[in-house]
Amino acid sequence: METVKLYGAWPSPFSYRVIWALKLKGIPFEYIEEDLSSKSPQLLQYNPVYEKVPVLVHGGRPICESMVILEYLDEKWPQQPLLPSDPYKRAEARFWVKFGEDRGPSVWMIYRTEGEKQEKARRDALEMLTILEEHGLNGKKKFFGGDNINIVDIAFGGIAHWMGVIEEITGVKLIEDNKFPLLKAWMHNFKEVSFINENLPNREKMVAFFRARRSMILSSA
Amino acid sequence: MVEENRVTLRGMWSSMYSKRVELALRVKGIEYEYMEEDLMNKSMLLLRYNPVHKKVPVLVHNGKPVAESLVILEYIDETWKHNPRLLPEDPYERAKVGFWANFLHLQVFEALAVVFTSEGEVQERAIEQEEVFGVKFIDRDKYPIISSWVMSLTELPLVKEVIPPREKLAGIFRFIRDKALKSSAV
Repeated sequence: METVKLYGAWPSPFSYRVIWALKLKGIPFEYIEEDLSSKSPQLLQYNPVYEKVPVLVHGGRPICESMVILEYLDEKWPQQPLLPSDPYKRAEARFWVKFGEDRGPSVWMIYRTEGEKQEKARRDALEMLTILEEHGLNGKKKFFGGDNINIVDIAFGGIAHWMGVIEEITGVKLIEDNKFPLLKAWMHNFKEVSFINENLPNREKMVAFFRARRSMILSSA
Repeated sequence: MVEENRVTLRGMWSSMYSKRVELALRVKGIEYEYMEEDLMNKSMLLLRYNPVHKKVPVLVHNGKPVAESLVILEYIDETWKHNPRLLPEDPYERAKVGFWANFLHLQVFEALAVVFTSEGEVQERAIEQEEVFGVKFIDRDKYPIISSWVMSLTELPLVKEVIPPREKLAGIFRFIRDKALKSSAV
């Protein structure tokens, strides 16, 4: 079997999407930790367009962009499928993945900004969460994928573990006490799944890392 | 058309995203019914079929709606598996296409939208990005390969059928731009 290597970075939720998919499917891989302040020549060679993690290298060939990697993994290793087999259900799943790609950055904007810009980002993020609660999870079972995790759950994994860190650091609360009951239940269920639970970055480490980084970002703005 | 296999596309004549789907359906030779949406007065059906975004295009097949143009393209390729294929068979080649589709969307189209709806400094910055990717102002000497690709595309008979007349497009774009500039000049 050809070797699988993953270039990632421990604070990155995008990196973790790929780790979760690899673990779910039981695919052996070599993990290479990238220092984002000092990127390796391999990373720059494999991802010349964006110079970002994650990058999956399979048999020497690189694949970039976490959601593109996930679809690739699903096609090469069909066990424990990430996408349903029915074309219509696949289209539904891909719709939500795209929704996450388009709207997800608003949460990170809360982290990267302050004042009016942060306020706008907060409104955008709330809108995204409301749509997820009302349309994405409405009537669903435990997960976006039904009884089991699928590609949509993995795509929104950042909400389950990283969003709380952003809320803590910035003091901007998104998931308030009585709101978003379905989303809260989903976040809890998601993190209970063994291969997710065993593969999450340490929360204290994350708070320290992101707090320091936010100061840097704001002071250079 | 038999009810079961009925394909309807709800679109807008000037929307690039709409045209993508039209082109795909024609390339595949799929019979479909086109319904023009008036974006100022969105139909009840559109709102029901795409409650999240309330946007075109929406493909309705067997009564079930599919939204997001690229998602629709994948759905078409997976449902009507005959040639010509819209996506390659090989997973690695598909990954490459996926990567570039994302790139185009984020770096080119989003930047284009900013150029289009802004002026002054914001527009200047967006145009800089444009020139890096060489799409909006396609200088044939600077970007010969992209230029010739665009030329080849626009020569294809199927593409010619689908692209709206230039004046019509220019008219509506002017309207949209004026509206955008007015609303940002508060």
